[in-house]
Amino acid sequence: MDETIKFHLNGKETEAAIDSTQTLLWALRNHFGLTGTKFGCGMGFCGACTVLIDNEPVRSCQLSVGDVAGKSVVTIEGLAINGKLHPIQKAFVEHDALQCGYCTPGMIMNAAGFLIKNPAPSVQQIKEGMENNLCRCGAHMRIIEAVEAASKEMKGGK
Amino acid sequence: MKKDQIKDHDSLQVPESHGMPRRYFFKLLGGGLFIFFRPWNALDLIGLPAEQAHGVPKDYNAFLHVAEDGSITCYTGKIEMGQGIITSLPQMMADELNVSVGMIKIVMGDTDICPWDQGTWGSQSTRIFGQLMRTATAEARGVLLDLASKQLGVPIAELEVKDGIITDTKDPKKTVSYAQLTKGQKIEKFLDVKPSMMDHTKFKEMGKSYNHVDSTLKVTGEAKYTGDMKLPGMVFARILRPPSHAAKLTTVDYSEAEKIAGTKVIRDGDFIAVINENRDKADEAIVKIKAEYSFNEVQVNDKTIYDFMVKADSNAMALKSTGDVDAGEKLCDKKFESEFHDPYLAHVAIETHSALAQLEVDKMTVWAATQSPFGLREGIMRELNLPAEKVRVVTPFVGGGFGGKGEFKQGIEAAKLAKLAGKPVMLVWTREEEFFYDTFHPAGVIKIKSGIDKDGLIKLWDYNIYYSGTRGADAIYEIPNTKFTHYDQKRGGSPVHQFGTGAWRAPNNNTNTFAREVQIDIMATAAGIDPLEFRRKNLKDVHILDCLKAVADKFGYVPGKSPSGRGIGVACGADAGAWVAHMAEVKVDKSTGKVKVVRIACAQDMGLCINPEGATIQMEGCMTMGLGYTFTEEVLFEGGKILTHSLDAYDIPKFSWLPKIDTVVLDRKDQPPQGGGEPAIIAIGAVIANAIFDATGARLYRLPMTPERVLEALKKV
Repeated sequence: MDETIKFHLNGKETEAAIDSTQTLLWALRNHFGLTGTKFGCGMGFCGACTVLIDNEPVRSCQLSVGDVAGKSVVTIEGLAINGKLHPIQKAFVEHDALQCGYCTPGMIMNAAGFLIKNPAPSVQQIKEGMENNLCRCGAHMRIIEAVEAASKEMKGGK
Repeated sequence: MKKDQIKDHDSLQVPESHGMPRRYFFKLLGGGLFIFFRPWNALDLIGLPAEQAHGVPKDYNAFLHVAEDGSITCYTGKIEMGQGIITSLPQMMADELNVSVGMIKIVMGDTDICPWDQGTWGSQSTRIFGQLMRTATAEARGVLLDLASKQLGVPIAELEVKDGIITDTKDPKKTVSYAQLTKGQKIEKFLDVKPSMMDHTKFKEMGKSYNHVDSTLKVTGEAKYTGDMKLPGMVFARILRPPSHAAKLTTVDYSEAEKIAGTKVIRDGDFIAVINENRDKADEAIVKIKAEYSFNEVQVNDKTIYDFMVKADSNAMALKSTGDVDAGEKLCDKKFESEFHDPYLAHVAIETHSALAQLEVDKMTVWAATQSPFGLREGIMRELNLPAEKVRVVTPFVGGGFGGKGEFKQGIEAAKLAKLAGKPVMLVWTREEEFFYDTFHPAGVIKIKSGIDKDGLIKLWDYNIYYSGTRGADAIYEIPNTKFTHYDQKRGGSPVHQFGTGAWRAPNNNTNTFAREVQIDIMATAAGIDPLEFRRKNLKDVHILDCLKAVADKFGYVPGKSPSGRGIGVACGADAGAWVAHMAEVKVDKSTGKVKVVRIACAQDMGLCINPEGATIQMEGCMTMGLGYTFTEEVLFEGGKILTHSLDAYDIPKFSWLPKIDTVVLDRKDQPPQGGGEPAIIAIGAVIANAIFDATGARLYRLPMTPERVLEALKKV
């Protein structure tokens, strides 16, 4: 049953008449056209569908779009501001921290949430923070380097 | 220019090599200079074995396009799945045409506008397609220079080209651009004269490092994968799947599924699906279908499969041999018999098999995550009884393949559904479907009998493969008496594999290199010789010897007989025309059996390396991915039932596993390019098994080397 849901999506007040029981993942992809958020397993194990909800990295396959009513959702499309790449996106490009790129949006969103909580992490903390986002191509080493570089560019959030 | 080289747009008479009249290309591409090339000439030129050319049509295999605005497009039936040819193929084309890489555009994997291609696998994109393309491009440059010479009235020898501008070296004011030369003309030329590829001393783009050109698209979410496509009226489909590969549908009741809002059930015999505009509703509906099955299970599982294989009535194929193994036995001072086991593995690309199909009037278009757009096209042609020109497969970015997307069942299913539903259908396999219909890396058994003489020289090598394939089975060492036998599926016999198997990154080679390199280590220890020295003593192949030296230098290897307690392993091998050597250092917790890889290094000789940055990334990826088959990956099953069906149950490498990784790409600009996306994975199991032995004296013969298996092996020390 469609109902009206209001929430912040990528910085904009958004109102949609939508089946509120559908997963946030498929609603983002199919209703809002934000296909940067990827389906990888639908069970919360891979992290390809990670978005920020009120600055927390969350797996969008594990909650319904109705759950985000009144909250702020940021997807990979909302990270760059006026076409300027976010420092994490820039670091991923500079460190060539991807291959097929399919896990990349989820990796970047997870890193974004992680760096909000821990702006100046150690390499060990980055590994722990990124641990449950899966990459099959084996870009891990460069992803760690990219997250570290981004945290420095963001000056530890200061 | 000869008159016959200039043809009117509409008078082109060309073979319909892949189902489309050539004039259709011009409609799609606009005016400009087309250079077509015949692969057979090019193949002769680069000396490819005939079997590699098999399947390539005799008219032409690939083409490039120089447009009126001077931009250049490379068309290839290959696809981009992270291996980086979207970056490196333009580098190859740019040098041959004396332009900068930025002037080259690339169109990939569209069967209506790209030339036929067998598929993106076997590390062939650079070493085979790339070389063909360079040959064609060299010819294009020759034609353009010829045209310029005539237009400027200057001999070719006095012309030079830079960034697509041809200049008279004696009068730099006399110039003409590729764009000016091609403007308004349609020129066709076949290669009758043997072209020569550019000499490596003149390379400007080849050998230079570039980051992935598609990375900005991929970090912003703009890159489109198959599942990201959308068409008006599109519905999502879910298909009813059996619980086992040995199950047959007996009864089905889908009345409850039809009650889910917006759901329609589609049925063609046992092929039953639900469609819904809302993917979650399709997910909800599919589980409402009540289905019963009959089972015809073979009694075998992931534990008994190895015994099952060895005892099966197999087809024994003698591969090759040297000398006489019976005579070899007599020369041996010490003999060793080992049996190695390797399980079924899943590919686990993070993007599952996906396809979007649309039937417009009588033309079927399918966007698909596949390594084989032309193979999928043929599959759809067969399944729906359509001619080639009525099927178009388009391949957007592919979210990882590793061999698993050589299988394109989902594309055929989507096409069938689009036809049955009468509307565009998006099919995105679930992770569970992925684990069920994967063409798994085959399990296998390797039995080796080998021996050394008093000097530590290998005199005997009797190598037997059961069901896991032959790639990488070559001894690589200098052994006078060898025998190789492959025991495989007997024609007409009951299948040994209970489900689909196929290519998994460097297919079969991980299994063979694991077995061979552990066996070599066993002999090195028995001979009382340092494992690196033992290899050197028994090797003559300069490529592998160079890789061993390079990796030892990078690693800072200090010789020592194994087990030295240091936890350092060595292994080497060959794949896809390239050579690799690895060294690794591990720490083993003897109380838990847990192994931590501290560092791992690889030296690779891949011939000419087009993009060192891209090659390095592939090597890092290979080594990281290889840790999975080494430590955790194993598909469990009971008959035709796959018991491993989630990413929770099937552990792939994670951030915490990451060792320090070092890579060396040997400088071989004067050599032809070889494969680079697979070789560095082949020896990971072996180098770590040998490092575990060096740390503890425990020898492992079974992959993956789980803590339980390490503890088991430790008990035998």
